[in-house]
Amino acid sequence: MLTVEKTIRWLNLFGQKVEEKKVYLSELDQAIGDGDHGTNMARGTAAMKTVLEQKAYDTVQDVLKTAGMALLSKIGGASGPLYGSAFIGMAKQAGEGAADVSAILEAGLEGIRKRGNAEAGDKTMVDVWLPAVDAVKNKELSRERIDEWVKATEPMKAKKGRASYLGERSIGHMDPGAVSSGLLFESMIEEGVLDE
Amino acid sequence: MKKIMNEPEKIVDEMLDGLVFTEDSIVERLPGTNVIARTYRSEGKVAVISGGGSGHEPTHAGFVGKGMLAAAVCGPVFTSPAPDQILEAVKHADQGAGVLLVIKNYTGDVMNFEMAEELAAMEDISVDHIIVNDDVAVEDSTYTAGRRGVAGTILVHKIIGGAAEAGLPLKELKTLADQLIPSIKTLAVALSAATVPEVGKPGFELAEDEIEYGIGIHGEPGYRREKIKSSKEMALELIEQLKKNFNWHVGDRYGVLVNGMGATPLMEQYVFINDIQHLLREEQLDIAFKKVGSYMTSLDMAGISLTMIRLKEEQWLKWLQEPVTTIAW
Repeated sequence: MLTVEKTIRWLNLFGQKVEEKKVYLSELDQAIGDGDHGTNMARGTAAMKTVLEQKAYDTVQDVLKTAGMALLSKIGGASGPLYGSAFIGMAKQAGEGAADVSAILEAGLEGIRKRGNAEAGDKTMVDVWLPAVDAVKNKELSRERIDEWVKATEPMKAKKGRASYLGERSIGHMDPGAVSSGLLFESMIEEGVLDE
Repeated sequence: MKKIMNEPEKIVDEMLDGLVFTEDSIVERLPGTNVIARTYRSEGKVAVISGGGSGHEPTHAGFVGKGMLAAAVCGPVFTSPAPDQILEAVKHADQGAGVLLVIKNYTGDVMNFEMAEELAAMEDISVDHIIVNDDVAVEDSTYTAGRRGVAGTILVHKIIGGAAEAGLPLKELKTLADQLIPSIKTLAVALSAATVPEVGKPGFELAEDEIEYGIGIHGEPGYRREKIKSSKEMALELIEQLKKNFNWHVGDRYGVLVNGMGATPLMEQYVFINDIQHLLREEQLDIAFKKVGSYMTSLDMAGISLTMIRLKEEQWLKWLQEPVTTIAW
């Protein structure tokens, strides 16, 4: 069950990981995008941290919605609407009070797919979200599996976003959005969000 | 990296303040935003708004003013602005007749502008959008994000802006754009890469003696790399590619825009359009509109793009030629 306190800890750890991996994320993006995924994500999660500290939150929905709006307005590019849509989708599902994690994550994935129209195998964040949501449902999410999904984007040929212009040349590089999404799910495990 | 700047993360903010200081008779900056709006009010007419990542100056803010854009939303360098910024521009610019968003076809831009459109609809503002995709370097549209919006966008701003100023309603502007956008095609050649201030190094590597055809305005890869050629030979390559895409006939009426990518001097741009002139004469086309200059740049990238527009309607040419009050047209 997701609580206000756990959600905030989860998102803050995610922000911390993004800040730590900022340069790495941008380097990955330089190979197949425009080289700013780390900078953009860090700008968004820093804004998220600020708003989460600004007031006390009564509901998980309120936390996710506020976080989503911060990410949406501060990340920019394609990642802003994608992470923003994920969090706003999760907030809608969360409703009032304690909430079921797997249903919430599923709504997040739905938000991403609706916004970006990406399918499995297109070399995007969906390639991590899709198996992760499934694994959470079956209580099988682990760090090793997250790493596998992230690495699995390496041999894929990009069909969405700026990387798609590279065609064959996008093969052999991990998708930066998949890597940052991996950090989000890693943070869930480390903060015990999935514990009963 | 050598750039005239302070902190890289403040570069867009400081640029906009400088722009508004210099051009305060034409534009203003909406407080607390990165929106540049025109001081002129066209009551009862549709407001045309564009925007996208910064780094393409004078696009987009340079085309804000009477007869062109009502506002430009300026994102971080090479990064789309967020929906809340776009919404502010929409709310400010709407004069009761609705708003038309001109979006360049990039995944991020399309998502952010569409989200802003949904937000505006919730506030009962009628908003529609058009997507410019003039870069014919991208052939495989099924398995990519599609053809990109590049220099041809400024011709869309000019014609749609002129039509909006003439009082065309939102629906008719959209119909006009659907005719217009497929009639505009662009292709570029790059001599060197751009350096994004926050990244600090060039986005790609081109050897001292290499050029790349088909490169995008954010360093997206092109379709062929080769040893540097003469202006004549580069002009021939671009014309041949555009010819394939247009399938033109003797006597067809066209307009030509030669656009510098940021670091290419005007001298070279004139040399290039001179070669274009000779090639088009051989093709026996009727060239009714010409323009040269750095309008859709890619920071400090060296290179040039060639845009051609098939002038199907006499009225399109009139709107292209009409005087406007903007910083850069």
